[in-house]
Amino acid sequence: MHALEKIMAKAAGKAQVSAGEIVTAKIDFAEINDLYLQTIYSFYEMGGEYVWDKDRVAFVFDHYAPCPTIESARNHAEMRAFAQKNHLTYHFDISCGVCHQVMPERGVVYPGMIVIATDSHTTTHGAFGALGTGVGATDMASILITGELWMRVPEIIRVRLEGTPPAGVYAKDVILNIIGRLKADGAVYKGVEFTGSYVDALGVSERMVLCNMALEMGAKTAYIQPNQQVLDYVSARAVRPFEVETTDPGFHYAEEHVFELDKLTPQLAFPSSVDNVHPLEKGIGVKIDQGFIGTCTGGRVEDIAVAAEILRGRKIADWVRFIVIPASREVMRVCIERHYIQDLIDAGATIASPGCGPCLGAHEGVLAAGEVCITASNRNFPGRMGSTDSKLYLASPAAVAASVLKGSIADPREFLGGRA
Amino acid sequence: MEKTLQGQAVLLGKNIDTDQIYPGRYLALVNPKDVGAHCLEGVDEAIRKKAPGNILVAGTNFGCGSSREHAVIALLNAGVRAVVAESFARIFFRNAINLALPVLICPKATRLIAPDDELRIDLRTGKIQNLTQGTELSSEPLGEHILRIVEAGGIKPLIRKKLGKES
Repeated sequence: MHALEKIMAKAAGKAQVSAGEIVTAKIDFAEINDLYLQTIYSFYEMGGEYVWDKDRVAFVFDHYAPCPTIESARNHAEMRAFAQKNHLTYHFDISCGVCHQVMPERGVVYPGMIVIATDSHTTTHGAFGALGTGVGATDMASILITGELWMRVPEIIRVRLEGTPPAGVYAKDVILNIIGRLKADGAVYKGVEFTGSYVDALGVSERMVLCNMALEMGAKTAYIQPNQQVLDYVSARAVRPFEVETTDPGFHYAEEHVFELDKLTPQLAFPSSVDNVHPLEKGIGVKIDQGFIGTCTGGRVEDIAVAAEILRGRKIADWVRFIVIPASREVMRVCIERHYIQDLIDAGATIASPGCGPCLGAHEGVLAAGEVCITASNRNFPGRMGSTDSKLYLASPAAVAASVLKGSIADPREFLGGRA
Repeated sequence: MEKTLQGQAVLLGKNIDTDQIYPGRYLALVNPKDVGAHCLEGVDEAIRKKAPGNILVAGTNFGCGSSREHAVIALLNAGVRAVVAESFARIFFRNAINLALPVLICPKATRLIAPDDELRIDLRTGKIQNLTQGTELSSEPLGEHILRIVEAGGIKPLIRKKLGKES
């Protein structure tokens, strides 16, 4: 069996599961974000009284942190009341950050578990050797009542990543390149495992980027076998004992794709689909109105560090806005300690409080008709960050930093490794 | 759920994401009628006007992107009768089944159905009759587990029954 199958089998109380089978799995942790007040409504509509386990459920207020509208404030208020009524052990209010960053930081995500959240990017937690997947509000409500979810055991695609990308090329470029080749529907309903020499040595942050954006190929879940860096990270944080699952030798993958990364160049997803990927050089010179670094894809310490490296002692271009939103309070604290935030403010950045920010067009930097934004986030769908007549380009945080400096899409390699 | 449905085909492309079905700026709304009022606001205005009372026919990966159940609630409350697609994104598909929005997987849908074709769908058999072209299409069987949810009228009545509440 595959490690993901072993996780599902364990949760379903079965010795063996195989692709295509429907199982009822016990859920180790369930998270509801602040877009999904419907979860509580569905919970009561179905006859729910209290959540099945107060230690295994949490709200994370990240999409509206802090609230931009009266409606979102009402949603938060009703969710807080529900959390209090149920005496939930964990509650992550507006000061905490994006759910996919906050949950691992607080130790509720660890290897071998199943984590379900009302957020499509729950695939992120494959970076920790967990099975993470997203559901809608009513599925979540049924978990809150029963502690279980019916799941189809997915076929698994292996994406083998070999070699070392050159300087200035990041995990974001790697995953954009993969999505550009496998396409937005390349892994619908499948599990995606990343393996290979590139992945073996990869740190937690980069692993999260790969697993996070596997969803943009339609993946149900993603997985990377934990390495020592991951084990060190979770061992210092996990709130429960855990067991790492491993894939049996000879496991049969549904598909295998190999990517050689030694010559990869910075990548860019052009408007308005995540799989419209080309080498960044094709977009060089496209005038931008805004750059954005943040989110569950591109708002970690490493992302803000590279932006600070590029922008330290420089000023962003006239008439360009640059929004930086650390993915969590923890990320923000480290970035303040290391002086990155100061460097970015001095360069002309606008810093907002940890959360999802403008990624889904809710607040803190939405776009007007005709505007162009280069973003370190994960989606460039029409209207994603505001007007349906705005345009979004997806790139690495380094490319975003280089672009706000120039006022147009730029290659980060021009600004890294020594100054001209 | 009604067993047969009829309506005109409203054709859409592939990878229709949930931001197009229901833009993120309205996610704080919870009243189903208010949600329905913004259905398909991220796509073409002509399609948005045509959708109520009719059947969406789309390419692959319909409903990709965000997990927002609002997308299904919007389609239901805007009066969309069913969605026929070449494939569905996973979370959207689950949400649709849970809330009893009829969804049919039909791998050649956009090649065999033209805009405004009159369609009649038999939900029990999964057959789609194209009355305009005089043809019949089959959809993929949903499987026993999903069919059980569909036949119960969605996940809510099913859980209520499981909890021993009235259905």
